[in-house]
Amino acid sequence: MARYDRAITVFSPDGHLFQVEYALEAVRKGNAAVGVRGSDTIVLAVEKKSTPKLQDSRSVRKIVNLDDHIALACAGLKADARVLINRARIECQSHRLTIEDPVTVEYITRYIAGLQQKYTQSGGVRPFGLSTLIIGFDPHTGTPSLYQTDPSGTFSAWKANATGRNSNSIREFLEKNYKETSGQETLKLAIRALLEVVESGGKNIEVAVMTKEHGLKQLEEAEIDAIVAEIEAEKAAAEAAKKGPSTKET
Amino acid sequence: MESVFGLVGKDFAIVAADTSAVHSILVHKTNEDKIMLLDSHKLMGASGETGDRAQFTEYIQKNVALYQFRNGIPLTTAAAANYTRGELATALRKNPYQVNIILAGYDKEIGPSIYYIDYIASCHKLDKAAFGYGSYFALAMMDRHYRRDMTIEEAIELVDKCIIEIRSRLVVAPPNFIIKIVDKDGAREYAWRQSIKDSPVPAA
Repeated sequence: MARYDRAITVFSPDGHLFQVEYALEAVRKGNAAVGVRGSDTIVLAVEKKSTPKLQDSRSVRKIVNLDDHIALACAGLKADARVLINRARIECQSHRLTIEDPVTVEYITRYIAGLQQKYTQSGGVRPFGLSTLIIGFDPHTGTPSLYQTDPSGTFSAWKANATGRNSNSIREFLEKNYKETSGQETLKLAIRALLEVVESGGKNIEVAVMTKEHGLKQLEEAEIDAIVAEIEAEKAAAEAAKKGPSTKET
Repeated sequence: MESVFGLVGKDFAIVAADTSAVHSILVHKTNEDKIMLLDSHKLMGASGETGDRAQFTEYIQKNVALYQFRNGIPLTTAAAANYTRGELATALRKNPYQVNIILAGYDKEIGPSIYYIDYIASCHKLDKAAFGYGSYFALAMMDRHYRRDMTIEEAIELVDKCIIEIRSRLVVAPPNFIIKIVDKDGAREYAWRQSIKDSPVPAA
């Protein structure tokens, strides 16, 4: 097996591309990222691993915008992410220049996934070690979308998804608790999902909300803390209701 | 022939351009908008070869937008002007763009400014500027009446004086003009000056 992972253009005898699978391992080691699609709001929430005291946290933005109506979060190798994000931003403007229309979410996702695939079928290069979560509103119909891409170059649309560290547990939580939401409810669902695997607190998560009218809005630490507090209160209330129905009777 | 001119006021900048699209002796349309919004606080009025004008200004607009996404902050007016000049200069000795540009912008710390960028890539920061045959009349009018720190009303009065002069003295004078303004609240259309309106198309 060791002979089949040096140059990625080579298949292994049982049909694996090992470099691509190793890239997926790199993604699994990256920070957790969650995306939830509501009817009028889409939310991205990313785990912020503890920032060193001397680091200026404003220079480490994990959720970026590709265009006025498209945003991206990723899990995996951040340096690779910079390259992909730069290419995607150029493509967004290039599309506006030649087609005189903003990109659709599906178009730019297909473009990014296409780039990722190219690097699995070229000599002497390695795949990008990241999976992306791409959110946005269709520029004409206004429908919200959430897409995910991975190092193999596949992409698909989701109602809610997670990638990176412990993504399986988060996805399980989302499958159990997902329902059609809008506005604040979508935001709370995304944060609740991320809190399943991340220590709670505004300084451990980065959250951004996209709406059709206001585009991407990054939440301040204080705002996140407030919502986390709300979620914890709801959880505590739910626990109390479960535990002691007798105490409720007066 | 096409005219574009602009001037800087107290805390705003104004650009006016004619709105004729001409090919040889035929007037294609009389309401062509030649002043492009580069971003929220920049205007680019352009005159010259029609295809080059559209292509070049759109190209600059998209690259200004790309800069903003990459860097998280908008370009200053001076930076945008120098970038534009650089693109013209690079193309000059190969495949020149025949476009003359008046770039107007508002920066929070600096205030309003306009830049005169001609088709052979010279770039000057000015208080008043004009291109085309109309510039002979507009510049003369502005030299006579322009003062620093004019109010919007005074500036529009001066713009109107220039337009009247161009209309009355230029042999193939463009009939309609568009005026756009940029100030702390952003870049936007201010007014049209029309002496020929498109006749309404009768219903079938």
